[in-house]
Amino acid sequence: MSEHRLRVDWIRCEGYGLCGDYAPELVELDEWRYPILGPDPVSVSRLHDAQRIVDCCPVRALRLERQDAGRARGPRALVGRLMSTRHG
Amino acid sequence: MSLRAPDAAPRRLPAVASTAHDHHRILAGPALADGAEPHHAHIGRLGPLPRERPSDLIAQIEQSGLLGRGGAGFPVGRKWRAMAERRGHARPVVLANGAEGEPASAKDRTLMATRPHLVIDGAVLAAAAIGAHEIVFYVGREHDAAVRAMGQAMAERANAGHVPMRLVTAPIGYVAGEATAAVHYVNDLDARPTSTPPRMSERGVDGRPTLVQNVESLAHVALIARFGPAWYRSVGRNGAAGTALVTIGGPVARPGVYEIELGTRLRDVLPAAGGTTGPVSALALGGYFGSWVRSADAWDLRMDPLALRERSLSFGCGMVELLAGDECGVRATAGIMTFMARSSAGQCGPCVLGLGAIGDAVARIASDVAEPTDLERLEAWTGRLAGRGACRHPDGAAQLMSSALDVFGADFASHATRGRCDVPGVAEDAA
Repeated sequence: MSEHRLRVDWIRCEGYGLCGDYAPELVELDEWRYPILGPDPVSVSRLHDAQRIVDCCPVRALRLERQDAGRARGPRALVGRLMSTRHG
Repeated sequence: MSLRAPDAAPRRLPAVASTAHDHHRILAGPALADGAEPHHAHIGRLGPLPRERPSDLIAQIEQSGLLGRGGAGFPVGRKWRAMAERRGHARPVVLANGAEGEPASAKDRTLMATRPHLVIDGAVLAAAAIGAHEIVFYVGREHDAAVRAMGQAMAERANAGHVPMRLVTAPIGYVAGEATAAVHYVNDLDARPTSTPPRMSERGVDGRPTLVQNVESLAHVALIARFGPAWYRSVGRNGAAGTALVTIGGPVARPGVYEIELGTRLRDVLPAAGGTTGPVSALALGGYFGSWVRSADAWDLRMDPLALRERSLSFGCGMVELLAGDECGVRATAGIMTFMARSSAGQCGPCVLGLGAIGDAVARIASDVAEPTDLERLEAWTGRLAGRGACRHPDGAAQLMSSALDVFGADFASHATRGRCDVPGVAEDAA
C-alpha cells in the first residue's frame, strides 16, 4: 500500500502561491502566500491536481513523494527523520 | 550490582566514590576550575581507550540506553547501528557537534574546556564503530576555552594512531549548530541549514555518510566503553538510568553546569546550584526550543528525556532557566522570541516572515504598545509555524511560544489589552 504526500523545499519556495491558487483544497496559503500543507496524504482522487501544482511551481519547490505506507512508519524512516534534527 | 552483563565486565571502576558527588561521571576528576585535564592525567584516571570489536561496542551503547544530548534525544546505539549497517562503499565521517549556539546552555563548552579527552575518546570509538575515516570536531568559535582545550588535546594525541582528526570552529549563531548547517559549514563555510533529502547519514561531509553526534553524548560513550552499560545504568533515579549535564540559570545561588542523575526530580536538582534565592514563577526547560512550565507543575518533574516526553516536554539540551517571581514572563518570552527571529538563517519564508512577525508582535505586547489584533494574530501565527522550514528552528520557536501563551496567558492578556504588567513587584521601567 503506497501513499502520496506533497513536500515543500522551503529553501526554494519563494511564496508565489500558485499551488494554493490552483488547488486550495490541497494547499492553504498563509498571509505571505507561503503554503500550509495538511497532515494527511493526498487522496487518490486529488493526485492529478497535486501533480499539476508540482509541475507549475515556478521555482520547483514542490514535489509529490510516493511512499510505501508500511515502510514509511518503520524504524529506518524514524532514524532518518530524527538524525536530521538539530545538533544530532 | 548483579545486573552486569557477562560480556560487559568493567575493567576498572573510576575513582569517584571518594568525592561528595559519587554520581559524577563525565565531570568526575579534577575540579572544573583547573581547566582541561591533560591526556596523561585522563589515562591515569580512567585507563586506556578500550579496543572493542565495533559490533560489541554498538551493542554496549544500545544496552546502556544512552540518548543523544544535543536536543533530539535519539538513542545513540540505534543511530550508530544504522550507520554501521548501511550499504555502500563510501567511508563515513564522524562530526562531533560542540557548536552550542544556545545562549542559555553552557554544558558543551564546559565539557570540552575541562574534559576534552572524553570527547575525543568518544569520537574515536564512534569512528571505529561505524568504520569512519575522519573525525571533525565542530566547536563554537566564541567558546574560547573549549576551542583551545580541544586543539591542545588533539595535539597531545597526534601520534596516537587515531583516524585523522580536524578542528573546525563554528561561526556564531543559533542555527549554526543544526546538523545540516554544521555539515554545510564544514563543506562550504556556509552555516545555513540545507534541505533534506539528502540526509546527513547518506551524504554529509565531503559527500560522505556522516554521523553527527553531540559532544556530551560522545563523552558518555567514552565511559560506557570502559566500564560497561551496567555501570552506566547503575545510577539514575525514578526508573531512569545514567547521568546528564544541565545548565541551571536564573535566581539560584550558583548558576552553572551540573551533572545530575537522570530521573532526579527538579526540586532535588536545584540544591546542586545552591538552591533558589527567591520565589520562582516558571521555568524554561530544554532550551530556547523547549517549553515554559509553571513552577507549581515543575518541581515534581523527573529530569529524564523519556519522562518529560510523556508530558509533551523535552529534556533538550538540559537547560533549566528559572524565572523569578518578580519577573514578567511576557517580557522574558519577548527576549527569547526576538532572539529566535533574529537567529533565523533567512532562507525559508515562514521562518523569516512568520517567526519575524511573531517576534515583532510579542515585543510590542511586552512593551505595552500592542496593536488590537496582535494577541490573536500571535496565536494564529504560532499555531501554523511548525514543520515549515528546512530545519527545525521554526518548530522549536513555535513550541516555546505556544508554551508561553499557555503558562503566561493572563499576563499576555494584561499587556495586550490593558497595556500593563500585572506581575507583582515588576519594576515599572523594566520594559
